[in-house]
Amino acid sequence: MLQITGLAASIDGKDILRGIDLTLPQGEVHAIMGPNGSGKSTLSYVLAGRDGYAVTSGSARLDGADLLAMTPDERAAAGLFLAFQYPVELPGVGNANFLRTALNAQRRARGESELDAVQFLKLARAATKQLSMPDDMLKRNVNVGFSGGEKKRNEVLQMALLRPRLAILDETDSGLDIDALKIVAEGVNALRGPNFSALVITHYQRLLDYIVPDRVHVLVGGRIVRSGGPELAHALEADGYAAIAAEAA
Amino acid sequence: MQAVAETTDPVQALTQSGYKWGFATEIETELAPKGLNPDIIRLISARKGEPGWLLEWRLKAYAAWLTMTEPHWAMLAYPPIDYQDLHYYAAPKRKPGPQSLDQVDPELLRTYEKLGIPLRERAILAGVEPAEGSRQVAVDAVFDSVSVATTFRETLAKSGVIFCPISEAVREHPELVQRYLGSVVPTGDNYFAALNSAVFTDGSFVFVPKGVRCPMELSTYFRINARNTGQFERTLIIAEDGAQVSYLEGCTAPQRDENQLHAAVVELVALNEAQIKYSTVQNWYPGDAEGRGGIYNFVTKRGACRGARSRISWTQVETGSAITWKYPSCILQGEDSVGEFYSVALTNHHQQADTGTKMIHIGPRTRSTIVSKGISAGQSNNTYRGLVRIQPKASGARSHTQCDSLLIGEECGAHTVPYIESRNASAKVEHEATTSKIDEDQLFYCRQRGLSQEDAVGLIVNGFCKDVLKELPMEFAVEAQKLLAVSLEGSVG
Repeated sequence: MLQITGLAASIDGKDILRGIDLTLPQGEVHAIMGPNGSGKSTLSYVLAGRDGYAVTSGSARLDGADLLAMTPDERAAAGLFLAFQYPVELPGVGNANFLRTALNAQRRARGESELDAVQFLKLARAATKQLSMPDDMLKRNVNVGFSGGEKKRNEVLQMALLRPRLAILDETDSGLDIDALKIVAEGVNALRGPNFSALVITHYQRLLDYIVPDRVHVLVGGRIVRSGGPELAHALEADGYAAIAAEAA
Repeated sequence: MQAVAETTDPVQALTQSGYKWGFATEIETELAPKGLNPDIIRLISARKGEPGWLLEWRLKAYAAWLTMTEPHWAMLAYPPIDYQDLHYYAAPKRKPGPQSLDQVDPELLRTYEKLGIPLRERAILAGVEPAEGSRQVAVDAVFDSVSVATTFRETLAKSGVIFCPISEAVREHPELVQRYLGSVVPTGDNYFAALNSAVFTDGSFVFVPKGVRCPMELSTYFRINARNTGQFERTLIIAEDGAQVSYLEGCTAPQRDENQLHAAVVELVALNEAQIKYSTVQNWYPGDAEGRGGIYNFVTKRGACRGARSRISWTQVETGSAITWKYPSCILQGEDSVGEFYSVALTNHHQQADTGTKMIHIGPRTRSTIVSKGISAGQSNNTYRGLVRIQPKASGARSHTQCDSLLIGEECGAHTVPYIESRNASAKVEHEATTSKIDEDQLFYCRQRGLSQEDAVGLIVNGFCKDVLKELPMEFAVEAQKLLAVSLEGSVG
């Protein structure tokens, strides 16, 4: 379970998050919606531990452990996964190799046995098949020469293999056509269950037709101004963020 | 694809200890008095039981050396070297030139075992069957000034391949040595080559006769052990018409506070349609984090593609030495001959590397490929210096250079100094260069997936070097990847 309390953060002295309170119970999927510049991506980076963000107050706990005190790789081993809005290219690094190195690093950190190449490939092939991805995606260099849609699918493939307890999807729907969107949504839905929770960050309601959230939170100006059920996403789509923000103020 | 994944474990074990090859071996050593003069050269020659012509050759080189001055055009800064304050001969006390591994000092064998050198013949002698499909590698091991063990010689001899210490080749195959020694790197070629020619002590000799494809990888392992000693090895590889050979050298030295001099010469000769692949994993002691100690590595490596359609390929992974001055080159004389240079040079802390290649296109339709990957970290300086020269008769020659530099941190330097001279209008010469910094986005991406900072750097750097590493024989590629990661320890964050 993720528990965020009074979280405030700034970058280069500029306040971006101004006191976020959010509880994401185990097994639930919550959506965070908000206009550009509201702090959505900052929230995901602060939770994942990216350098350059100063947490000025508040806390974030994953299953009771203090996330903010951990290095990014410790957070990953604790079960936090961030699907990047702009997945990064790693020239010369094979996708399968990268994934296996990452998976084994996490397993090692958790005191689990590492997977050998054969065990890993079996898992990886099953995952690519489920996501309707060609096998050669594993052989290519990480995100190098991938289309926008392929990059996002590659993020979902990584998520499927790393099996996080908490996934944060940072605008994973941006730049996806409807078919890719469905594949990504299926990937997330396949992981849903009592041991998986997700924070789906999105600008548009469209993705939430395929990943139906338990709760929707509206983030404006670094604060959550409104929370509700899935119907809130539809209201946002109809009335726009301005109306919600004005109403909340 | 297994390689990097396998890498992280041993790397973690290694990073605890820094330079793990830094131990010294307690062994009785016979040392020549310090200093360089004709008497020392006569002593070396006598110790090696050399014929008169070679002594004359050495003395001629010495006379040439006396008239030369140390070159300082490279982007390297180091205090003056006192050539009279070095020992020019150091040998483990025991009769050199053992006939079999049984006669090798067990202390030496333990040293090479610690270094992980596959003196696998040991296992075979002990009756251990090699694993199914495992590739055999013949090893020559050079400890200070003498060769202590060469493995698989009999197997090689069956196919006509000669692989032995060069001192032995001088005695057993004088006609070959006399014909080729100094034919690629003449005694007066440059300051360090002249010095080497005067005082070279040991090194490997390889002769692959006409039409023979060498049945296994050949490898030499160089180790400087004794204090205040220079290592001056000389390697000569000859591939006759249609012959093929792949050769690898590895090098380490104990961790010592003073600097040690290493000035080697390597000569390769490829006749018609011959192919020589020469790979180096150079891991001489680089000095400590403050820049104390380390090897001064001044090496002349050159290959002559004498025959038509011959090919010489240099692959080097340079992670060691305080100072590296090294330009493995190809003289492309035979028509349609091919020269290749694949290089990774990594510098950290206060290391300085000035390295690159020379491709001299003489024959028509000769081709060369240069791929250089420089990685600088800490306060180090890394220079690529490369010459591509097209002679008037090299019609239709082609050369392509790809030169990439990667910077880690704010205090290091990367420099690219290409020289291109084309005297034939039909030749095509291309040069591409890039410089980049290790990217924060890449690091964070890797760490978010669970990799530690150092594993993330190792992975990104190995990816950067992939075009070169894939040229190495498989087992050495794995070793090189580990070495890159270890050498970058503490360079980020």
